[in-house]
Amino acid sequence: MSWTDKRPLSPHLQIYKLPITAKLSVIHRGTGVVLTLGLILLSMVLASIASGESAWASVNWLISSWFGYLVLIAFTATLYYHFCNGIRHLFWDVGKGLDLESAKKSTALVLIATVVLTVFTWVIVLF
Amino acid sequence: MSYLRTPLSKAKGLGSAKTGTEHFWMQRITALALIPLVIWFCMSLAFLPDANYATVVSWLSSPFNAVLMIITLIAGFYHGALGMQIIFEDYISTHSTRIIAIIISNLVLFFFAALGVFSVLKISISG
Repeated sequence: MSWTDKRPLSPHLQIYKLPITAKLSVIHRGTGVVLTLGLILLSMVLASIASGESAWASVNWLISSWFGYLVLIAFTATLYYHFCNGIRHLFWDVGKGLDLESAKKSTALVLIATVVLTVFTWVIVLF
Repeated sequence: MSYLRTPLSKAKGLGSAKTGTEHFWMQRITALALIPLVIWFCMSLAFLPDANYATVVSWLSSPFNAVLMIITLIAGFYHGALGMQIIFEDYISTHSTRIIAIIISNLVLFFFAALGVFSVLKISISG
């Protein structure tokens, strides 16, 4: 077979439409990396509290800004996504819900639960 | 299992590093531990009345909160380090670069884990 052959060779990432379950799997890794960076930020915030009132005041000013809130809301959604999808992974690890129909249902459940938990948490924070 | 290896594989000395099962298992154990810890962490922060220095310090001064925060940091950083290792192993094909990335990742995450844990101890003991 020569290179002029236009037929697709195999489902390559760039031309292959990822199923929703595969997209969620990719997002699980992505959110994992973001959360690891979030843990580093958490340690820095804790260190600022341990450094005294003035250090915390500067950090708190940044956190309480609109940008800080935006970052915190994004981290909340990221954490809840990884949390919900992680629980799904634990069910898969013990062999539950591996068939396609269950996987589609749990996909929807993970996405809905992420939104609900994020909204619920921020309703508590803001009201 | 050495009797199953070919003379060539023995000569190369590559193969199982003998800690793969522990890696897999600890990622699941820390994930399980993080389920209640994440709920505690998010709800505690959401229900804090304000973010004043006195409020934050008194919250972290409670032995219950301090211990849970330390455990959250340890389980979180451990889980994060294991996850980052998998990502480097999957996407970095050059052996030496991969090993260096994993070592740096582990050292950096260990530093920030120690920073977080020490900060909580300092706040809770002196605060």
